[in-house]
Amino acid sequence: MIVLLLLHLGAALVAPALARWWGRQVFLPLALVPAAGFAWSMTRLPTVLDGGEVRETVPWVPTLDLAVVLRLDALGLTFAALVTGVGALVLLYCARYVEAGDPGTGRFAAQMTAFAGSMLGLVLADDVYLLYVFWELTTVFSFLLIGGSGARVAGRRAAGQALVLTTAGGLAMLAGLVVLARTSGSTLLSEIVSDPGEGRLVVVGTLLVLVGALTKSAMVPFHFWLPAAMQAPTPVSAYLHAAAMVKAGVYLVARLAPGLADVPGWRPTVLGLGLLTMLVGGYRALRQNDLKLLLAFGTVSQLGFLMVLVGGGGAELGKAGLAMVLAHGLFKSTLFLSVGVVDHAAGTRDLRRLSGLGRRLPVLAGAAVLAAASMAGLPPLLGFVGKEAAFTALLEGGVPDRAAALAVLAGLVLGSVLTVAYTVRFVWGAFARTPEPPDLPEQAPAELEHRPGPLFLAAPTVLALVGLAAGPLSPLLDPLLARYAEELPLYAPETEKLALWHGLQPALALSAVTLLGGAALFAVRGRVSRAQRRLKSPLSANAGYWNLLQALDRLAVLVTGTTQRGSLPAYLGTILATVLAIPGVVLVTRVEWPGQWRAWDSPIQAVVAVAVLAAAATAVRLRQRLAAALVVGITGYGLAVLFVLQGAPDLALTQFLIESITLVAFVLVLRKLPLSIVERHNRIEKVGRTVVAVGAGLFMGLASAAALSARTAAPVSEEYPALAYEVGEGENVVNVTLVDIRAWDTFGEISVLVVAATGVASLVFLRRRTGALARARGAAGGDAVRARRAPRGRWLSAGGTLQPQRRSVVLEVVTRLLFHTVVVFSVFLLFSGHNSPGGGFAGGLVAGLALVLRYFAGGRYELAEAAPVDPGVLLGLGLLLAGGTGAVGLALGGQVLETAVFEATVPVLGDVKLVTALFFDIGVYLVVVGLVLDVLRSLGAELDRQEEENDPIEAAPDEVILR
Amino acid sequence: MTPTVVLPVVIGGLYAAGAYLLLDRSLTRVLLGFLLLGNATNVLVLSAGGPAGLAPIVGYAEPEEMGDPLPQALVLTAIVITFGVSAFVLAVIHRSWRLVRQEVIAVDEEDRRVADRSKARADALDPDDIDPGDLPVEDSVLGAEDRPPDLGPPTGSDVEGRLARDHAGSASDDIGLPAARRRRR
Repeated sequence: MIVLLLLHLGAALVAPALARWWGRQVFLPLALVPAAGFAWSMTRLPTVLDGGEVRETVPWVPTLDLAVVLRLDALGLTFAALVTGVGALVLLYCARYVEAGDPGTGRFAAQMTAFAGSMLGLVLADDVYLLYVFWELTTVFSFLLIGGSGARVAGRRAAGQALVLTTAGGLAMLAGLVVLARTSGSTLLSEIVSDPGEGRLVVVGTLLVLVGALTKSAMVPFHFWLPAAMQAPTPVSAYLHAAAMVKAGVYLVARLAPGLADVPGWRPTVLGLGLLTMLVGGYRALRQNDLKLLLAFGTVSQLGFLMVLVGGGGAELGKAGLAMVLAHGLFKSTLFLSVGVVDHAAGTRDLRRLSGLGRRLPVLAGAAVLAAASMAGLPPLLGFVGKEAAFTALLEGGVPDRAAALAVLAGLVLGSVLTVAYTVRFVWGAFARTPEPPDLPEQAPAELEHRPGPLFLAAPTVLALVGLAAGPLSPLLDPLLARYAEELPLYAPETEKLALWHGLQPALALSAVTLLGGAALFAVRGRVSRAQRRLKSPLSANAGYWNLLQALDRLAVLVTGTTQRGSLPAYLGTILATVLAIPGVVLVTRVEWPGQWRAWDSPIQAVVAVAVLAAAATAVRLRQRLAAALVVGITGYGLAVLFVLQGAPDLALTQFLIESITLVAFVLVLRKLPLSIVERHNRIEKVGRTVVAVGAGLFMGLASAAALSARTAAPVSEEYPALAYEVGEGENVVNVTLVDIRAWDTFGEISVLVVAATGVASLVFLRRRTGALARARGAAGGDAVRARRAPRGRWLSAGGTLQPQRRSVVLEVVTRLLFHTVVVFSVFLLFSGHNSPGGGFAGGLVAGLALVLRYFAGGRYELAEAAPVDPGVLLGLGLLLAGGTGAVGLALGGQVLETAVFEATVPVLGDVKLVTALFFDIGVYLVVVGLVLDVLRSLGAELDRQEEENDPIEAAPDEVILR
Repeated sequence: MTPTVVLPVVIGGLYAAGAYLLLDRSLTRVLLGFLLLGNATNVLVLSAGGPAGLAPIVGYAEPEEMGDPLPQALVLTAIVITFGVSAFVLAVIHRSWRLVRQEVIAVDEEDRRVADRSKARADALDPDDIDPGDLPVEDSVLGAEDRPPDLGPPTGSDVEGRLARDHAGSASDDIGLPAARRRRR
């Protein structure tokens, strides 16, 4: 069964590619996929008839006890045969329905195939969560298929409406399934049905599940999405909205009825709403002039009928229900497909404009008339057999309560009268020669636009013939349906087999009544339609739905409009005030304060703390940009000292380096900005900010003190030193933590760096961010210099490109002397980091500082000479290296990013030990160098270029820049 | 574990200064506030790891004497990421200055637009409900046969004009920038 589902998935995935080569012929091979499903389910028929079942279990998420459990029993097989059989025929039909060369063919084909697979999964799933997944998959594909290309409002609205309604029902169903899984103690449908548990929770769960089933099967008051969904192409209507998806609710009710039909509330809900839906649908169908809408309301009506039958919870009704499900699947898809052909051929679906089509399309008319006869319940078709069985069942039993049974029967007869009436109207309107109505002069053209070919007619004809044959052959169907009915209690005195002829029985009389009543209604159709127009109900579920959605929209706009006034500092202040109001109060009232305090770990700590606080206070007051940045830098350097005192040399090293590079970046940008910041806040704002800020500071300070005493569990890091040494093969625990124990974190973090670097470059270079910087060769004022080597008599290779007054010989000399040493030192830090302070981060930052030195001494051309690479390449290479190391760990049989150690004896070097974590660290190194280089290149070199070349704004004349 | 007095004071002071600067409208000061907050958080994480210890290097100190290595690893990457983010904000500052000669956090236009919408007429045309098929070029991928009869023939109506009228005063958003002007041309 899994193979079948995967086959559908695979076919859906390749469908777009195939559609590109084969055009609409792609549907022919695709039809084979559900056909294979049909053939397979037929081969399992003997097993199921013997009372067996086919079951497959594949673990899915073992930790959550989730498994893919598929089960094929009599009910599953009936539905599986229906959805695969009709699915194959509908796909066949699509091969002619879709216009040749339609660009949407691939998408449509993929969605149809994927839907067929989801539907098959739905009827096979035994696990409730798996059922839910397939349930929602069918909803999503229905959404996509109704919406089509999304180019039209009506389609989008219908799709959205169907999605909202069925998903809302689906969520209720999920909640109900969770409840039922809890009460019964199993997530398997088969076990829930055999023992649903007890108590009020079962009732709640059952009713919630019913909400899902009722929305999916378009029961009143959720029925309106189905007619709206007729925006979809006709094959979609035939398959999703007649034969398959809307039957999902019927299927679920049929599946659960053996176990849950006696739950209080089940029968009133299912029978009541089912009957109401049957009557409302039939009544509305009588009014429609669009053939497709007529059929849509007819489907709503029939779904109500089916719901009553399978929801009754009796063996004889259940059997009749399944027979009707098959009959309805066959005749309704035939009718929809016929309408598609009519539409193609005549160019309209309006029954007032069609006339005399029956004589011009005899085959089609024959198929449609057969199907319509089945819908009306004429012998000898399957629809007649099902309806007879239903009437018989209710006459003799059906539900436990006799009075209820007779009331339901009366409703069904009335509904069937309506069914007959709209069926006759359909056949008459579509195929009969009708007089030209005076108010609609525009008759359909006498010449057919397209004459349908045999392949186009194949699907409706086959379906109609199956419906015809199944009537007399219904005794053959009986064993399969009886297998399902066995699970249900029998309320009638004896079980009756499905057959065409049971003798002269009351049910036959009822059938005759429905036919005569329907014919009579059709005969007085003029009066009926006038009465319907007069009785137009002011209540409309559809309008209610749109009003509800609009009210929701308005509420959202109102709430957003009142709370979000557009000031970001105000939002931030609100957030901070909330932090003070709620966690702050908890902190003050609930937290146990430490009994003892130490003044400090060491006196130096206190001295540094005073310096840091003084710098922070100055930063708040200073209005000069650069000065403020400098004092903030001082807090950073102070922090580095605190890190040393805390016993964190790696942190201290990194903090020192980062602080320096941050200052460089500040200088690079702030040189373009005015010296001082304009004050934009009035006194009140300042007081408010001060209050919030002081509160935040107090809160965080107290929280940090409380955090220490709140720590009760043993820290996870107690294991780290041993782990680092024995598994990670390194002595520096922090570095091994970064590159091995928590390497996933580090990988995420260097990804952030790549994103930040890309962002910086994109904000400065507007159009093109790739490629290395312009080299010194050909630069204004620079001689032709050889790359990478300083020419004789110069200290730096591109120093000559700077204007003489901006050059500093001392800096150039120092740079020349230091640069290579610093680079070597950075590599040393990288390699030694595994065992002593250092590592990829520190090494990369040192290398970055070396580049800063070159840039400061020699300008932008010097930077290009120092690092003639695209920083994007460095970033990408680094990420690739780090990620590749992870893959190597996986390939060597370990986990992702697990360290592997290679040891070998090499002739000259002796014993060499290689830890793969080193490559991860090299990746980190490259990413950090790339980041620094990107910052220098963008905020440094590119800004220089813009100023030198007097580039006021980087936009081309016709380019729009959003402000 | 007994806390020190010094570290909570440093943390509190840095947070207070950072929060004050963060609430400013000048992007430069916001960035400085962000840096102070970052520093404060780093100290907070490190101090929550326990009292001072020796460097967590096997061979240099016994495991019992070491400072907790986990917060150190967390803070180390946080330091570098703070730099990446600062560089990005600096680039934003530069961009903002180049374009509008300002580096302030302006009023959020989108929020103002939503606030204006709550006052707009109830029957105003929702931009989501514009049918591309109603725009000058009739665009029906699915073909005409599925057009429901109640929808009527394609109108090609003056959607943009209606939009401009219904939302007069609020800045035009994602459906073609200056709506009214484009139609006149």
